[in-house]
Parts: sequence; C-alpha cells; structure tokens
Amino acid sequence: MTDAMNTTTAWAEVQAVVLSGITKRFPGVVANDGVNFAAAHGEVHALLGENGAGKSTLSNVLTGLYRPDEGTIDIGRVRHNFGSPRDALDAGVGMVHQHFRLVQTFSVAENVVLGEKGGGVFLSRRIIEQRVRELSERYHLPVDPAAKIWQLSVGEQQRVEILKVLYRQATVLILDEPTAVLTPAESQALFTTMRAIVAEGRTVIFISHKLDEVIDVADRVTVLRGGRSVGTVATSDSTVRSLAELMVGRDIAFTRQRSNDLVFGDSPVVLEMRHLQAHDDRGRMALKNVSLTVRAGEIVGVAGVAGNGQRELAEVITGLRESSGGVTLVGGFGLRGGNPREAIDAGLAHVPEDRLHTGLAPSLSVEDNLVLKSYRKRPIHTVGVLRRSRIRSMATALIERFDVKTPGPQTATRLLSGGNVQKVLLAREFTAKPKVMVAASPTRGLDVGAIETVRKLILQAADDGVGVLLISEDLEEVLALTDRLVVMYEGAIVGEFATSAASIESIGMLMGGASASPDEVAAS
Amino acid sequence: MSSVRGRVRFEKRLDVAKRMTYLVPLMSVGAALVVGAILLLATGHNPIDTYHKVFSRGFGSRSSLSGTIGLATPILFTGLAAAAAFRMGLFNIGGEGQLIMGAVGASGVAIALSDQAAPVIFIAMVVAGMVCGGLYALVPGFLKARFKTSEIITSLMMNYIAAIVLNYLIFNSTSYWRDPKSKGFPTGKAIGSAAQWNEFTVSDVVVPLGFVVASIAAAVVWGLYKKTRFGFEVNVVGDSPVAARYAGVNTRRKVLTVMGISGALAGLGGASDIGDFRHVLDAKGLSQAGYGYTGIVVAALARLNPLAVIVVAVVMGGLTNAGYALQGPDFPSGLVGTLQGLILFCTVAGEVLTRYRVRINRRTVAPAPSGPAEVSAA
Repeated sequence: MTDAMNTTTAWAEVQAVVLSGITKRFPGVVANDGVNFAAAHGEVHALLGENGAGKSTLSNVLTGLYRPDEGTIDIGRVRHNFGSPRDALDAGVGMVHQHFRLVQTFSVAENVVLGEKGGGVFLSRRIIEQRVRELSERYHLPVDPAAKIWQLSVGEQQRVEILKVLYRQATVLILDEPTAVLTPAESQALFTTMRAIVAEGRTVIFISHKLDEVIDVADRVTVLRGGRSVGTVATSDSTVRSLAELMVGRDIAFTRQRSNDLVFGDSPVVLEMRHLQAHDDRGRMALKNVSLTVRAGEIVGVAGVAGNGQRELAEVITGLRESSGGVTLVGGFGLRGGNPREAIDAGLAHVPEDRLHTGLAPSLSVEDNLVLKSYRKRPIHTVGVLRRSRIRSMATALIERFDVKTPGPQTATRLLSGGNVQKVLLAREFTAKPKVMVAASPTRGLDVGAIETVRKLILQAADDGVGVLLISEDLEEVLALTDRLVVMYEGAIVGEFATSAASIESIGMLMGGASASPDEVAAS
Repeated sequence: MSSVRGRVRFEKRLDVAKRMTYLVPLMSVGAALVVGAILLLATGHNPIDTYHKVFSRGFGSRSSLSGTIGLATPILFTGLAAAAAFRMGLFNIGGEGQLIMGAVGASGVAIALSDQAAPVIFIAMVVAGMVCGGLYALVPGFLKARFKTSEIITSLMMNYIAAIVLNYLIFNSTSYWRDPKSKGFPTGKAIGSAAQWNEFTVSDVVVPLGFVVASIAAAVVWGLYKKTRFGFEVNVVGDSPVAARYAGVNTRRKVLTVMGISGALAGLGGASDIGDFRHVLDAKGLSQAGYGYTGIVVAALARLNPLAVIVVAVVMGGLTNAGYALQGPDFPSGLVGTLQGLILFCTVAGEVLTRYRVRINRRTVAPAPSGPAEVSAA
C-alpha cells in the first residue's frame, strides 16, 4: 500500500477496488445490471445517482451483504467471493451506513472495539481509549472516547462509525450519503477527514446525490442510472450541469399521459399551503417555508431526491405530523393540523409511501381495510355495532370494480401482491369522494401492469375533479402525469415548472442542489 | 473446496391454517404427557395411574368439577383482563394489583352496606370492584397515553404498590378494613352474610356467582371486540398503530379506554374473591395467590380470545385442583408443579410452531465437486 502513497500515480495502474459486470436481480427488478466500477488507491470516488439507481445495491454487494448474480469483485488485485459482511471487512472493505449501528448505552471506545476479534475483552479501557484518541486526532475526528453514544450529536455519532471502520484497518471506506444528516459546517469537516484518509493511500467511496459536494470533495465520479453505470468522469472535467445530465439522463424516456393544454385558472383551489414549516423526527428543519396550491382537477408533482422534505410535506398536509408554522387549507377550510381525522373529514385522501403498514392494517382482512376510514360513518354501523353484511357486500363490489385479485374479502391484506395491496388502498381512498389526494410514490415497487393501473386511476381521479398532489422520486412519472411540478431540495421548493414546458436539465440540476438560472424559473 | 452448512431456520408462516390452531395445542399437550410420563417413571410412579388420577380429580366427578370451577373463577377474570388489553398490543401486566384494588373497594362497600339487601350489596360490590380496578389501571394507561411510558414496567410496578397498600390496610394500621377484634394475627373484617355471593347448583356441580359473572363478561368482551366500531378500532391499533393513526383513530383515547376495561375486569375478579370465596380482605392469601400473573398465561394460551379464556381457565383450574389431590407423602408438590409446568411449556413451544415453520437449510457455499478426495475426507 505504501507504493500508493503518492496520490498522483496514474489511477488505472493501482486500482484498489474493481467491480466488473455486477448484476443483481430481485424478484421483478434488476437492481444492478452489469455495473462496472473501479476506484484507485488514494482517491475519493463518488457514486452518484438518483434513488433507485442501484447505489445501495452496489454497496451492499461490495460489503458482502448481497451476493451478486453475475460479475466479479477484486480488492487490491485479489478476487473475492464474499459470503458475509465479515468476509468483506476482513478484505478491508468497511461501510459507514446512513443509519448508524451503535450501542447507545456504550461508550465511544466500547463501540469502536465491539465485535473486534480477539483480546478486546481483556484490553484495558485506558489503552482502548488511548488508541481511539490517536485515531481521532490523526483523522480530524474530534470525539471523546469515554462519552456514551446517547450523549453525542448525530455528527459525532457518524465520526464514531468512521472510527470503527478505521480501527478495523479498512483500506476501502464506503460512506453512504454521509452528509444527509450533517450541517454544512459538519460536512466541511467530514470532507477534511475524507482527504486525510485518502492521503494515506486508502480509498473512500462517497455515495451522494448532491452535485456540488461531489465536485467539491471527489476526484472521480461514477454515475449510475437505472441500475447501469453510465460513465466515470474526473470531477476536474465536470460541472454541476454535466453531472446532472449524466444523473438524470438527457434522453429520459417518458410518454406524456396527460394532455398539455389543460387550463385550471378558473377551477377552485382545493389544497393550499402557505409558508409551511416542520421539523423531522430528529428535530431538524425539514420544511422551510413551503407554499403551494393545487386546483380541482389539477395534478401537481413534487419532484426531488428522497429525504428533501417530501415525506414531511405529505405528513403535515395529512395531519400525521404537526407543523411548526404556516397553514394548510383543504377546500378552503383551514386545518388546525396534527389530526388525521380532521384532514380526512375535510376531504383529503392519502396514498402514503408505506402503503402496507401506514395505509393499511396488514393482518386485517381486505374488507376491513376497505372500511378503514368509513367504519365510523352511518351505513357501516348502527349505534356502534358494525354491519358485517353491508361491509361484505360493499367490499365485494369494490373488489370487482377495482379488479383486486384476492381469494376473498376476508383474506389478510398482507397476503396480496404489491399491486393488489395498492388497489385496495386506492379503492378505499377514491370511494370516499375526496377533494384532494396526496399520493406519495404510488407506483414504487409495483410491476409494469400494476403501475399502468395505478396511473390510470390517478388520472381518472383528476378527470373527476380531484386535486392531486403527486410526490414522487420517479422523475419520469412526474413528467408523464402532472400538469405542473415543483422541485424540492433541502426542505424548500427551489423551482416550479409547467410540466409541458419543463427542461429536464434544469430539473436535474435543481434536484442536485444547483440553483437554476433565473430565466428558467421565470419561464414557468 | 466445498462446505455444506446445515442451519435451522425459523420462517414466519404467511398464513396459519385453520386446523393448526387446534391440532398444535392438542399435540403439545400430548408431548407434555409423554415427557411427563418419562419423568414419572424415573421417579417410580405409574404414569397411567397418575394421569387417570389427574383427570378424575380435576374433572372426573361432580365434586371435583365444583372445586375446579371455583379455582378457575379468579383466573378467568384476570385472563380476560389480560386478553382485553393484549389484543390492542397493550401489555397490562398489572392484573395482580388491579385485582387487589378491586378487592379493597368491594370489601369496603360490603362492610359499609352490611345492613342493606343482598342485591344492593352485590351491585355495589361489582361497581366498586370495577371502578377501583379500572382507576388503578388508568394510572399506567395515562402515563402511556401522555408520555409514552412503557405500560409493561409501570403496570408491573403498580402491583408492588398494591401489595404494600394491602399489607398496610390489614397489618400495619388500624384501618377501616381491619377487624379490631382480631387478636394476635391481624385479619380483615368479615363481610356480612347478606354480602356473600350466591352459589348455583347445576346437577350437583356448585357454580359460584362469580363464575357466571365472568362468563357473561367474557361474552360481552368478545362481542365488543368482534362486533363493534370500538372493537374494530382496537383491532386496527393492535395490528398497526401507524395505520390506526393514519385512519384517524384517536390512539391515546383508545389506550385509556382499553386500560380501563382491562383493569375493571381484574377489579371485578377482586370483588368476586371477596363475595364468592374469602368473604374478608385477606392480605396474605391475596398476595400469595398470584392470580394476575396466572391470568397472563391463561390469556396467552387462549390466544387472547375471550371465549377461549373460559375453557383455558377451567383447564388450568382443573390442573391445580388435581395437583392438590395428587400431592402427598409419596408424591411431592414439586413433582406436581413440574407436571403442570411441562404442559405450559409445551403449549407455549407449540405456539411457535403454529406461527413459524422450521426449515433445516443445507446451503452449499461453493459447488461441491464429487471426487474420491472428497469421499475420503468425509
């Protein structure tokens, strides 16, 4: 490894990691399709791509969590066939996950040595803490080795994760969207650490979808799109614009399923948000002053990479999350917020991201889930006693109308296929005759046929006068279905377009955090 | 190089076949009897004789059935209490304390109203037992609803508080409940004869009023959970609290209500303990009985089905009853306990089989070339 200390050595000659032709299939999806990836000693190599582009699958293959269906893995010129994450760690591949894997009640030092083979138990605390302290100074990772994890901030916890990997003498470090949980200042500090690590000839694989950061810290970038590697470029030859193009694809294939000349100027506003603000589960600002309106019959898309506030937006509108500022109006009626019942009664339908556990009670029957919101209304019960026969006949009719493939109305909902689960949910939401529908990633994980059905149902709803807010990471879907779209980045709306006139390039740049040129925004 | 690793894996069953729900418990009991027989043989007892005795002393005659039903009554109440809460995923471990509080309340009103007519006292005792048990359960319920405190911990701790309060009332104070005339060992005031609950005799089998009340309660709880809007909400919360919130169910209020119902059922058991059996607030007897904890086992074995709780409580009562009969100089109580424990153990173990399928997985890590070297190595 010492021969690689000189970081200016030609990369191609000292590859630290070479993945070639990696293919990984899951039922119904090819997550990685012949991906080629090579990173050299002493470089920060970014892995860039939208959600679902195959970044996570690729890093799981490299860390031994998944076994690839095809392709080879070479670490430091040795071919490996990882059977478990342990094997990968032994080969020098360490990963810092987005969700930390730390024992909250243990100290930093204890977490660092946890799981280490041999002798860990008998090492004195002082010696371990000393070692951790040395590492943390060497790599600019300030953290008190004696502190307990629960006392640390998110940024500090991430440093512990990095120390853990360094302590195991990993030569290849994978950082999975590390800046997603950091403040800008913390991100800068992390970049310093990353440079210190690669200065020793180690390799850092930096998974990200933030274009400016990638250009800032990485030497080279490999871009994934739709499970394939579309190219590796040096950041010195790249601009935010050229990376955005690679990431989103200039020739994004979509068929407009919506007429371009619909006008909604006269339709009443059915959903209005004014200056909405909200915090995420960790207490960070997740929605920053979001204002948006949806008119009856209109489909408005919210595009953006996951984790930029879309989830919180949907939750605030539907009452699942309390806002910390701003107002939401449904059909002109102001919601007090934080109360799903109120939103439902105001005429809001919700197709949540997690359809099987949030949108449905998975172990309950299909018929119970079909009345999950209407059970408290009149025909379904009489003085508190449920009318089973009415529920059954209503359920049977809906199953027929929405073509739900189920053995019967009493089958547990979780036993149905993904597409049929979504049909049960949509059947229930549509029959409530809503004014507004908030749909979050409604086709994610469905097969082609089911995607078509769900999209047709959404278009049908809009034709019936429902205002639809379609929140999706799938840009193709947003472009195909909506009349108007906004882009969210870091909790704010950073651009708005009439979909028929939208420039994919500018959308891609906005999604990656670059600001669009003013004329493009004005053009909307 | 090849390595074949055999691994035992538990896979969750997607759907539990209907017949499994009764076949597995039956087979579990069968397994327990087989293991128990080995144990009996090893300790020099005839298993067939012993099992025959267990059956005849537990369920075989009218007098033994009377005893069994009496023993089943308190655990029927606490079993219902546990089932009512557990169905919503609310783990009320505090049946013990709620039963004690119910007994305190019921005996209090029974003493106070001793000159009233029997039906008046009966109704007052039922109400007092339910209210005291229910309110006592609302404390952990409130903490859960308001601060998301784990009800498992708080309701468990409240059992100890209840036991201390009970001791205080009888042993450490001259309270309203303590009999001032008791010399030496302090006891509670006995309730008047009008306050004692009736017994029914159905073809020579004695059935205490409490058992009838409990069976009615079981039917009511079953209907409430199966047939009503309220029960629907409870089922949704029990299956997926997020989905319940999404559907607009007020989960906090549900926690309070269900906790109150559960506590009231346990408290009713306390009233029955006073009215049917002890006729006095018996501090020592109540703290040693452990009705609350047995109730959790009853509820679990009944798969939280209120009607099945009746059956399981009677079976458990029968086992206890037979245990008393078996016990003797040549049959130590430890052996009785072991036999009862085996049945519980096997039933709970069988439960795992209904929900999971055991798969012994032989995974070939690398393609295994079949060569002579391989054979000789093996």
